[in-house]
Amino acid sequence: MNFMPALPLIFLFGSTCAILLIGLYVGERRTSVVYVLSQVALITTVALVIRDAQAAPIVALHGMFVRDRLADLLDIAICLLVVAVFVYSRRYLSDRDMYRTEYFVLALFGVVGMMVINSAAHFLSLYLGLELMALSLYAMVAFQRDSARATEAAMKYFVLGALASGMLLYGMSMLYGVTGSLSIAKVASTISAMPPGNIVLVFGLVFVIVGLLFKIGAVPFHMWIPDVYDGAPTVVTLYIGTAPKVAALALILRLLVGGLQALSPSWREMLVIAAFLSMGVGNVVAISQTNLKRMLAYSAIAHMGFALLGLAAGGREGYADALFYLLIYSVMSLGAFGLVALLSGPGREIEYIDDLKGLSQRNPWIAFLMLLLMFAMAGVPPTAGFYAKLAVIQAAVDAHLIWLAVAAVLFSVVGAYYYLRVVKVMYFDAPEDDRPFVLPLDGKFLFGLNGLSMLLLTPWIGTIIAFCHSAIQGLP
Amino acid sequence: MISLSQYLILGAILFALGVVGIFLNRKNVVILLMAIELMLLAVNMNFVAFSSYLNDPAGQIFVFFILTVAAAESAIGLAILIVLFRNRSTINVEDLDTLKG
Repeated sequence: MNFMPALPLIFLFGSTCAILLIGLYVGERRTSVVYVLSQVALITTVALVIRDAQAAPIVALHGMFVRDRLADLLDIAICLLVVAVFVYSRRYLSDRDMYRTEYFVLALFGVVGMMVINSAAHFLSLYLGLELMALSLYAMVAFQRDSARATEAAMKYFVLGALASGMLLYGMSMLYGVTGSLSIAKVASTISAMPPGNIVLVFGLVFVIVGLLFKIGAVPFHMWIPDVYDGAPTVVTLYIGTAPKVAALALILRLLVGGLQALSPSWREMLVIAAFLSMGVGNVVAISQTNLKRMLAYSAIAHMGFALLGLAAGGREGYADALFYLLIYSVMSLGAFGLVALLSGPGREIEYIDDLKGLSQRNPWIAFLMLLLMFAMAGVPPTAGFYAKLAVIQAAVDAHLIWLAVAAVLFSVVGAYYYLRVVKVMYFDAPEDDRPFVLPLDGKFLFGLNGLSMLLLTPWIGTIIAFCHSAIQGLP
Repeated sequence: MISLSQYLILGAILFALGVVGIFLNRKNVVILLMAIELMLLAVNMNFVAFSSYLNDPAGQIFVFFILTVAAAESAIGLAILIVLFRNRSTINVEDLDTLKG
């Protein structure tokens, strides 16, 4: 059996287990050891992925695991996002007596789960990866044990997440019954050889889609997103709002595009509806939010709608555009939640949009970076967010979904209102308290990079899109 | 002889009971956990029935994994439930309403 293609995954899993033991050994006062080891483990994993990056797909571990461009790209993106999440969350955790091994170990196990999803070639590995990620996330949300809000959010997340897994599994059992196989490639070939209109197959597909929409938080299965984003500790929201979003796209690409491509006329129709509703509900409800994390949660729902727009458009172009959109979104989301975590100093929690009042007078550089991120989320040119929106809307137009493209443009205009409101509060309102914001150096540096990347990426947008295209080419 | 469709109907009924249990239950979080468990067991029923019908052991192996994950899942669910009870002194579903908007 050839283990080599799975080497980065095995390395990260082994080092996470080792970090867990080391964390117990060094005790609670020296969590910095754990922090540094976690960062080293993630960066080494990225290096291992890059070292033998694959042009042609390799299937390993008895058809459970596939290593291709898509898996490599998503693995690298997820590891780097989590490295940034750790940098942003370090001081927030130590200010609140939450700087413990558990946070890092759970986050790393979550990354292992996401990497399994990225490389899944079998329903079993897909399901196990999904659950490894989800169970880590439930525990992370409940991580602040004395907070009633966090535990309530964890309970809601747990129940709805388990419901989603149940739906997905039920759908998988139907697909298994019809095709007689659990391997995604075999399921795909059996379905494409069957006459269309098999009722059990469509039944299974509906359950799978419902499960997937729950997991990515698209309307009408979005109700957990605002509660979890709001209730969870900010650094956990930061984690949930970035890397798992990328993994959720991997889940859809592996399952729907890789396995159920023959049924794409049916599932594209469902995704069109979900995309329309997500963009509408997300953008409209976000307007009335005063809580910053809740507003960003509704904005996440809306952004998921835009990513679904690319998937619903279909074709390799559409999938690549959705992938590109989601990668850009995860960087924007990293910055926005990262700012909330960085500004929340000891005894101060940034919770409401009004807490950012007069940020430009107290810390003009940070305010400028946040302005860039908000412009990128709203889709203002020349930020990267504009090109991401342009790509998915272009895909929708090419797929003759003109009405959906028009709706997407209108909803992004609606969305611009609440992003610009944050900018208005930062630049034109007088600050309420004059305590300066003291940011840790590493966090400040990374946030600078994060914010500026929205502008600096512009010359390389074409390269990134081309890379997303080549990643999608590997899918069957 | 019990036919495949009868197993599938039983699975569907159990699954529906689980889903309805999650949405209708307004009293107790423990019942929510039971409903989740029921849902996963219904899926297991489906897998075993198909596996035996197709003469393919892969489905039954999948069931072992689902059972294991379900055990881990209820461990985490119960842990969250205990923390919740410590904070709120209640496990009534209707009292879980501090987060809204």
